[in-house]
Amino acid sequence: MNSYAFLNGNEAAAWGVRLCRPQVVAAYPITPQTKAVEKIAQFVQDGDLLCEYLHVESEHSAMSCSIGASSVGARTFTATSSQGLLYMAECLPYASGARLPIVMMNANRAIATPWNIYGDQMDMPYVLNSGWIQLFAENAQEALDLIIQSFRLGEDEKILAPVMVNLDGFVLTHTYEKVHIPSQEEVDAFLPAPKPRKHMMNDESPMSMCISAGNQHNLEFKIRQHRDLLPAEELFEGIDKEYEKAFGRGYGGALEGYRTEDAEHLLLATGSVCGTLRHMVDLLREERHSVGLVKMRMLRPFPVKRLGALCSGAKTLGVLDKNLSFGYEGTVFTNVNSALHQEGIPLRSYNFIGGLGGRDITRQDVRSMVRVLEESDKTTEKIHYLNVRCAL
Amino acid sequence: MTKLNARTLSKEEHFYGHKACGGCGESLALRLALKVLGKEAYLSLPAGCMAAVSFIYPNMAFRNNAMITPFAATASVATGIEAGLKALGKKNPLSVGFAGDGGTADIGIQALSGALDRNRKFIYICTDNEAYMNTGIQRSGLTPFGAATTTTPAGRAIRGNLGRKKNLFEIVAAHGIPYAATASIGYPEDFLAKVQKAKETEGPSYIQVYCPCPTGWGYPPEITVDLAKEAVDTGLWFLGEFEEGIFWLNRKPRAFASLREHLARQGRFRHLQEEDLAALERERDHIWESKFNLWPLAK
Amino acid sequence: MKDFSMSPSPRLDSLEDFPRGSSFPSFYITEKNAGWRVFRPVLDTQKCVGCGRCYLLCPDGAIHQESEKIFVIDYDFCKGCGICAQECKLGAISMRKEGEE
Repeated sequence: MNSYAFLNGNEAAAWGVRLCRPQVVAAYPITPQTKAVEKIAQFVQDGDLLCEYLHVESEHSAMSCSIGASSVGARTFTATSSQGLLYMAECLPYASGARLPIVMMNANRAIATPWNIYGDQMDMPYVLNSGWIQLFAENAQEALDLIIQSFRLGEDEKILAPVMVNLDGFVLTHTYEKVHIPSQEEVDAFLPAPKPRKHMMNDESPMSMCISAGNQHNLEFKIRQHRDLLPAEELFEGIDKEYEKAFGRGYGGALEGYRTEDAEHLLLATGSVCGTLRHMVDLLREERHSVGLVKMRMLRPFPVKRLGALCSGAKTLGVLDKNLSFGYEGTVFTNVNSALHQEGIPLRSYNFIGGLGGRDITRQDVRSMVRVLEESDKTTEKIHYLNVRCAL
Repeated sequence: MTKLNARTLSKEEHFYGHKACGGCGESLALRLALKVLGKEAYLSLPAGCMAAVSFIYPNMAFRNNAMITPFAATASVATGIEAGLKALGKKNPLSVGFAGDGGTADIGIQALSGALDRNRKFIYICTDNEAYMNTGIQRSGLTPFGAATTTTPAGRAIRGNLGRKKNLFEIVAAHGIPYAATASIGYPEDFLAKVQKAKETEGPSYIQVYCPCPTGWGYPPEITVDLAKEAVDTGLWFLGEFEEGIFWLNRKPRAFASLREHLARQGRFRHLQEEDLAALERERDHIWESKFNLWPLAK
Repeated sequence: MKDFSMSPSPRLDSLEDFPRGSSFPSFYITEKNAGWRVFRPVLDTQKCVGCGRCYLLCPDGAIHQESEKIFVIDYDFCKGCGICAQECKLGAISMRKEGEE
């Protein structure tokens, strides 16, 4: 291998999966993830990927089968989106509580009702509390790279946690790019075969898993799970640097600051829209706007200190949420504000809700965001909607 | 093939120190099944009494590798375990799911159907005590007609459960799996033989074992095994097998034991009136005449 | 069960003493169930023929066969449910109130 191909996000993720040599893949189709599980099926049925491919009958079973397979030490992958993610939601904390390093690709998609199959990020906020590491890809190349890094991160002996890799539905999953596919040898060198773990079921010393803990012990179990997740932020940065050395591509760990050093106004987002924002930052800078981009690649664990450091010099921050928590605000906004408050960063933050149901976020939308930030001493409105088509 | 009984069975215990009620039918079924399955079996148990009494940190009552699964997911976790072990190169992995009637016939039926359809080797044993016992004796899809449960109480307007017991055995058999069976802890040697058959089956297998519950059915715990036997003798439950695509009966009572006396021993049926009992007898007779009597006797 | 060994209650002084994930070694029992009993089974070895039915049908596995006709009840884990007494065809087991002789 070690070649370039014209792939969409789904296919790039599928290639990432193939290179990681999963031992079990559980597959249930849901738009817009279908091409990922189809591509993996093609690899399997062509004999290019040797794994147990389980055709499950629902997303709940996709995660449950994954839990079963991972609990005996097999490297496991599955994929889903929106309604499917919610259907398997009760299984997610089983996986994280049991410390199973499953990797799952989630194609971010709108949540019914109204019914909508297009890409936004209404799905992922529901599962932010599940104990899964949450990562976001900007483009197909990053999708492939993130899959490989996720197995490495989740399977690290210090971490042993499941990882969700988010790809924006359609915008990323279905858009084609030139993607570099590393060679199998290179990936094998970067990602060793999974090891047997003491806490997993095995023949030599049988284990009881997913046990119950009453009120005398439950809190301590949960604190341990929480504390054990926190080092993933630093480890992710280390893995990113190692990946850059091995494959020539680095992304900056939990977040990337693009032209943030001297920016008065910052835009923050997760996922593919960062590509648009990056382009617009360059354009706006040429027009003498003092703007920068904070690309959040990791939402859990949340990089509180790193975010604070990146934002410390700015006057305003616009958080672009492709989701909305009814009755409150965008979820990334909530998360970010809490972190900034903890770090004592005295900037003015604003929430921009856009892209719901697959509505494009245009260059014009970005300009309007920046305008709000630049004129923010005149506005008290905290939540703004992008490209609304009627009077509000 | 050695007949499995008290003398020939493995002396090892794989299930000990659990917190099940005294006289619990399910725990007896699990204990006996595990003597046949052995300590190499990997167990999946959903929410239910058996999971609730066996994994209370730090007390672990199973000798085997065992895992609590999400409620609906016994069968999917079990097949995931088998696939994982197979992928890791283990020869003949033995993955076994134990679930109650609620976890099988209701919330677990989708996962069970999918798992049977995937045609991979695993054993599914449904310990049937005819209600959601662990949550407090609520009605399930396998609660028989007339039974009082906490969600079908013997009330002034409606006296007991109006639904009928889902025919889960035939639903499972309809998937065309190599082996399925019904059993009762009242006929332990028959149950043990069936567990052994399931262990040797190449592909999915299913056993539904009748397990009386003293707490849920309202009777003194010492008659658990007696009631389990009597249920078969009255024809309310049956011992059958599905093998090579054919339904077999293991036991055809020449004359049924008294259905009325059997029900009268259980608190959950004490409210039944004459017309209910007569209806139950008629139904029992009809099912045997139209179906079970036509099944060949197993060799 | 013959020679069942109890396990010590784990010392939980710090977070690291708690299990990782929600896993714990199988077959680890720190508590007895003896306190549940109201009645206890008493086996009359004179009447016993060694059929093993009591051992077979105890839901807790609390009866084991020591030799041909000697069956031993583990009173640490017998809950006193009475199935053994009920099912013994020789009437060799009787249930006595706890505390009485």
